[in-house]
Amino acid sequence: VTEQVVEAGRREERRPVPPRPSRRRRRWLRRLRSWGPGLLLVAPSLVALGIFVYGFAGWNLKISLSSSRNLLLRNDFVGAVNYRQLLSDETFRNDVRNLLVFTVVFIGGSLIIGFLLALLLDKGARGESVFRSVYLLPMAISFIATGIIWRWLLDSSTGESTAGINKLFAYLGLESIRSDWHKTPNMWAIAFIAIPAGWALSGYVMALFLAGLRGIPEELREAARVDGANEPRVYWHVVRPLLVPVLMSAVVILTHISLKTFDLLYAIAPLDARTETPALYMWYTTFRGGFVARGAAIATMLFVVVALVIVPYIWYSIRSERRR
Amino acid sequence: MLRSRRGILAATAAAMLFAVTACGDDGADSGSGQSGDKEVEVFSWWSGPGEAEGLAALISEFEKQNSGVKFVNAAVAGGSGTQARQVLTTRLAGGQPPDSYQLHAGQEAASDIKDGRLEDITALYDKNGWRDKFPKGLIDAITVDGKLYTVPVNIHRSNLLWYSPNKLKEWGIAAPPKTWAEFLTQAETLKGKGVKPLSVGTTWTQMHLMENVLLGELGASKYTGLWNGSTDWAGADVVAALGTFTKVMAVAEATTADWQPEAKKVLDGTVAYNVMGDWYDAYAGRDQKKVYGIDYAAAPTPGSDGIYNFLSDSFTLPKGAPHRTAAEKWLELCGSVQGQDLFNPQKGSIPARTDADKTKYTGYLASALGDWQNSSTTIVGSLVHGVVANNAWKSEMEKAYGVFAQDKDAAKFAGAVKSAYNSVGK
Repeated sequence: VTEQVVEAGRREERRPVPPRPSRRRRRWLRRLRSWGPGLLLVAPSLVALGIFVYGFAGWNLKISLSSSRNLLLRNDFVGAVNYRQLLSDETFRNDVRNLLVFTVVFIGGSLIIGFLLALLLDKGARGESVFRSVYLLPMAISFIATGIIWRWLLDSSTGESTAGINKLFAYLGLESIRSDWHKTPNMWAIAFIAIPAGWALSGYVMALFLAGLRGIPEELREAARVDGANEPRVYWHVVRPLLVPVLMSAVVILTHISLKTFDLLYAIAPLDARTETPALYMWYTTFRGGFVARGAAIATMLFVVVALVIVPYIWYSIRSERRR
Repeated sequence: MLRSRRGILAATAAAMLFAVTACGDDGADSGSGQSGDKEVEVFSWWSGPGEAEGLAALISEFEKQNSGVKFVNAAVAGGSGTQARQVLTTRLAGGQPPDSYQLHAGQEAASDIKDGRLEDITALYDKNGWRDKFPKGLIDAITVDGKLYTVPVNIHRSNLLWYSPNKLKEWGIAAPPKTWAEFLTQAETLKGKGVKPLSVGTTWTQMHLMENVLLGELGASKYTGLWNGSTDWAGADVVAALGTFTKVMAVAEATTADWQPEAKKVLDGTVAYNVMGDWYDAYAGRDQKKVYGIDYAAAPTPGSDGIYNFLSDSFTLPKGAPHRTAAEKWLELCGSVQGQDLFNPQKGSIPARTDADKTKYTGYLASALGDWQNSSTTIVGSLVHGVVANNAWKSEMEKAYGVFAQDKDAAKFAGAVKSAYNSVGK
């Protein structure tokens, strides 16, 4: 809407001298009538967004360039000191590596599982709507609750205090595949947190793909079959290209969820360096240590990275919507 | 698509406006500092078994003494105040302090005092004659530039090793270890019998273990020196003590649970030892219905016999407290013999006052009170529980500990703690 306003304004400026003021006003009034109500309707949200999102993001950037600590915010400017310190901070580098591992495993797993579920349901399973709800339901549970359940399921105690999934393994006589899960002493520890994250969101990916599959007209597939294509070729040459936009949405949505994930990690393993990500580091350093400027610097970096993922996507979808 | 997006935006805006107006409503009844306060809001992290009952006993006494004042219990769950602090920081930064909030006595209060968030309550001490009622060592630890800001309610001991006497006998171990080296020897015996020697949980419980390994290996005076700069963190003895800690961690069963599930493993007999503060006693005795001396018992952590690694919960008066008179009444109750004797037997801690009624403390608490008041006991302060390091240094240590727990590089950890001390610890 803002773009329309700006464009309208620009067109107005480019116009040379208007023929008659009254006609100009009438034209203006007509324009106002067409976009005025819409603007009025979104004005509160524009103001709220301006203040609470962009205003605060700017405020956050300002703090990240200051030497603020504890509750007293200092109004000074120290340049990119906090950013430089973070880049040479081993904890922060570990956190970034953890986040990368988490994101790759989580997105890969959710896409594969979600797509397979969608394929199976698309083939016309009996009681499809029941399955659809069952797979989608985990997304309705908050990440905090999911985390608390999975903290127990992924318990790594041994001997008599064995619990959770390991206990199930023991019960089935599969003790050999018991796992330390996210307590595994190497960099893949955080990959196990992708299990609950994937559990929560692969149903959502399934719904996206299922909608995509259902959106493909049956005629297209039939036409391919008439032309002698077997089922795999139908999927590869007809279905696959038509699912690319769905795949893109799924990847973008999952990426930004992954980058921002805080509650799930915090509920499963608080203050554990093996499963710490920049989002958690930001929280600890700000609220436990009072390093407000450092926390703001981490927040700004996260904001920029999320924007790098989201903005091209929004730009792309706005363009393709206009083309339509 | 566009149309529905507009609808969502509008709905969001409406919701936001509603939230903003709703926020503006509270605080209307704040009679800043006037007598005749209608309520008092006290912020704490006392919500677990034992501590919640202790707080409830204090609340009912407070409401009896101050009829017409409503007590608002703003407790945030989470051991050692790890969750509460974040909620509190947000409220203080937003200029909406509670009437009184809980803090560990000592350096944890330092940044709040420096930022001008706390009222000087020295006058309250003089009015109630508290200076002679608390031990001098404690008064010294909580005095900042000659002024007092906190009222200590209780004393806890951090350096305790909990075990089950019967189980220990069953496993062929005569007595709990006197040194950490002896502990590691016992650990081998225990492992041979299929028993995990030690249980430890989330990071703060690991650091709790670490501070007591340092105390046991370095002794009281070097340990105290770690916090005031007189012991060199990068020194060979400290690095060696940290090396012992990594060996202890290697034989321990480490999870990410809070302290209670780990404590329970000792009571269940699946793990031999657990290093935890004496709040263990209230959990085991009251919550798990076990008997001290039979089902479970405590010894000083290895190498810390005759040393009392203390911590203390205390209450404060924040600047701008909306109900100041009622808050002062609350602090007076916290500092009184009556208040301390109501609270502590429930919480499983001993009173900070020296003139409390000794007959109210039985079992473990009787021996703890005896140790605390014994003049030959050496008193040192706890790191994890806020006595010896300010929040900034402590959080940098937690951060460094995260790296240490992974790479087990004691020298690097010591170096990181030392440089953090130089930049923010002093």
